[in-house]
Amino acid sequence: MAKRAAPEVNAGSMADIAFLLLIFFLVTTTIETDSGISRRLPPIDVTIDPPEIRQKNIFIVLINKDDQLLVEEKLMDIKDLRVAAMEFLDNGGGVGEEACTYCQGSKDPASSDNPEKAVISLQNDRATSYKMYISVQNELVAAYNELRNREAQRLYGEDYLLMEKNLADATWRGNKDKLKEQVDKLKEMYPQKLSEAEPKKTN
Amino acid sequence: MAKFNKKAGGGTPGISTASLPDIVFMLLFFFMVVTVMRQNTLMIENKLPAANQLEKLEKKDLVMYIYAGKPSPRYQAQFGTEARIQLNDKFADVKDIQAFIFSERESKREELIPYLTTALKVDGETNMGLISDIKQELRLIDALKINYTTRQGEVSKNF
Repeated sequence: MAKRAAPEVNAGSMADIAFLLLIFFLVTTTIETDSGISRRLPPIDVTIDPPEIRQKNIFIVLINKDDQLLVEEKLMDIKDLRVAAMEFLDNGGGVGEEACTYCQGSKDPASSDNPEKAVISLQNDRATSYKMYISVQNELVAAYNELRNREAQRLYGEDYLLMEKNLADATWRGNKDKLKEQVDKLKEMYPQKLSEAEPKKTN
Repeated sequence: MAKFNKKAGGGTPGISTASLPDIVFMLLFFFMVVTVMRQNTLMIENKLPAANQLEKLEKKDLVMYIYAGKPSPRYQAQFGTEARIQLNDKFADVKDIQAFIFSERESKREELIPYLTTALKVDGETNMGLISDIKQELRLIDALKINYTTRQGEVSKNF
């Protein structure tokens, strides 16, 4: 008996099968968003007295029910908020022990002493829309990040966000301890002090 | 000169489709890899607001999702148009949040509980009142780590 070659399998329909699967996965794919603004809520059982904060060290941001922004008793547009917050945080108006050596602000004695003391107070109405709230949060976080970034560039010649990303990245090869130290130092220079009051009820 | 006549009258040759399956397979593998099967069927509108100061959520299994927003059109007849909370495939009340968090904690190993994060996936049009209520409930049971899930984008896109 002569050897018979096995007949070739017709692969013409392979493309069809692959298409079928492809379309299935195309339809079921939902690219889930898994990033956002992280916050830590204040614990509820605070029995200690609130620390005394001088008026000039508080930066008050109010959002009313019509999504209007009142910053330090002045009406403001959301796009100006970041700059205003940065000016406040970076003011460095303190003298003597409270002086801020790295601030580049205008040293206005009527504004914050140093970033350590500066507190941003955010208050919103119950009828404020969530997107406005997130926008304001985003701008305030951006103000902190920009200042930290400026110091990161000055001290280490690196991008702050990149440093944070590397710190969180388990596969990053480099001196993690040193990086953590640097990031912590930057965080210490501009600590995120964002206080949120419970929203006011309208009527 | 018959040698040279052969080519005449051939027309354009057909394009070989032999590599088509390869291309399709490539796409297929891409989508197979990026596909995440949805855990919850959303019954609410969920257009997340945009922000650009984002932190990525690590460890997806340690995240609890709370959805909120207006019910989708097909549920509006039943549940109205007022923003609602959704927990695990069904509408819930503010007071159900505590039970939800407890049941989530129950399903995790004890040493992982402090790392649990609550992700708030809230529609941009929702009123802050509802979110404050949620936050208040979370504070009551000491679930303090939260994350406002947002899309990547400039803030100006929100308005």
